[in-house]
Amino acid sequence: MIAFNALLVRDMRLAIRVGGGALMGALFFLIVVTMMPFAIGPDLALLARIGPAILWLGALLASLLALDRLFATDHEDGSLDLLMMGALPLELSVATKAIAHWLTTGLPLVVIAPLLGLMLNVELHAMGWLALTLLVGTPALTFIGLVGAALAVALRRGGLLLAVLVLPLTVPVLIFGVAAANAALFGATPFGPPFTILCALTLASLVLGPIAAAAALRHGLE
Amino acid sequence: MRLNAEELACNRGGREVFRGLSFALSSGEAMVISGRNGAGKSSLLRMIAGLVRCAAGQLTLDGGERDTPLAEQCHYLGHQDAMKPSLTVSENLQFWTEFFGARTHTIESALQAVGLAALTDLPAAYLSAGQRRRLSIARLVSVQRPIWLLDEPTSALDSPSQKRLAELMQGHLAGGGMIVAAAHGPIGLERARELKLDPA
Repeated sequence: MIAFNALLVRDMRLAIRVGGGALMGALFFLIVVTMMPFAIGPDLALLARIGPAILWLGALLASLLALDRLFATDHEDGSLDLLMMGALPLELSVATKAIAHWLTTGLPLVVIAPLLGLMLNVELHAMGWLALTLLVGTPALTFIGLVGAALAVALRRGGLLLAVLVLPLTVPVLIFGVAAANAALFGATPFGPPFTILCALTLASLVLGPIAAAAALRHGLE
Repeated sequence: MRLNAEELACNRGGREVFRGLSFALSSGEAMVISGRNGAGKSSLLRMIAGLVRCAAGQLTLDGGERDTPLAEQCHYLGHQDAMKPSLTVSENLQFWTEFFGARTHTIESALQAVGLAALTDLPAAYLSAGQRRRLSIARLVSVQRPIWLLDEPTSALDSPSQKRLAELMQGHLAGGGMIVAAAHGPIGLERARELKLDPA
């Protein structure tokens, strides 16, 4: 438990200090969403209709943005070797790093999403529900991305490899996240089913992500 | 406590680095691995640390805590220092101490032992190579683990620091610890055994 806390606090400190990527994701999210109306035009009805999809896509890209450095920095300075030698199983260490990453990158996205929703003319009454779908869905994005981050280190390729590997895997999360958000917004379909499936996807990725990432690291770092 | 290696073999990238390597090391003993570049000195240390798989043979530890894997009874001091530039000296050491658990010294006394007590609040980015090295040596002091695996521990260290490291190593051996070090020159362990690796 002490080791878990120590790693969590260290990674969060690193994210908010100089050179960390804590607010990068939120700023990227802001820019993507701001540019959408410029590309689509000032049709308020259209923006309101595709608003949830834009917010979800923005959050998806933003949460993957800082992820490729998650293990790369620890690999370069030798920390990863030592993390493997601790009493904490590698799966748990990896999960801890993902939690720290979500708290500093994913959570800010959820917090500013309602604000950005205003810019897309998303109905105020549904903003809370939209934020809820992001709150439940973004951990899944982080934990799926975790596998890509581990593979990127093992294969000694950063950056784009992560996006190419991970984005296809996030399609189910995107589908059910946007479906739940649309259901809350327009009420044409029930909110329950897509939202429960989104919860299930998140829970499954919380379990499978760290196991797959740890296996990739163990195998790749020899 | 006794570390046994039987018929170890190591393959890196499909190339055989060494094979048929056996040795045994008891509490209070040190062993210095020497050999040409690429002879497998670092690979052997990483093998004991559990970071590289044995292609053949086995490593066992007799005595000590039976349920703890070998890797968790080792300290590994590699070429990299595993210190984060944006954290301060004491934050860096604090993290590794808490992560490994079972600390024996306070952060202050461990830093004192390597002569970094005056720099506790300085971000590690401003340390020199030798000072970073000393900070990672402080990690060995602050958490008790019986086996020290040192990969060219004296690199980047000035002569007073080398002397201090030699004293720390003597202290560790006197307390019943073991040291396996890879080195090209003398590292201040007079009574250490020598293991010479020849490239296959």
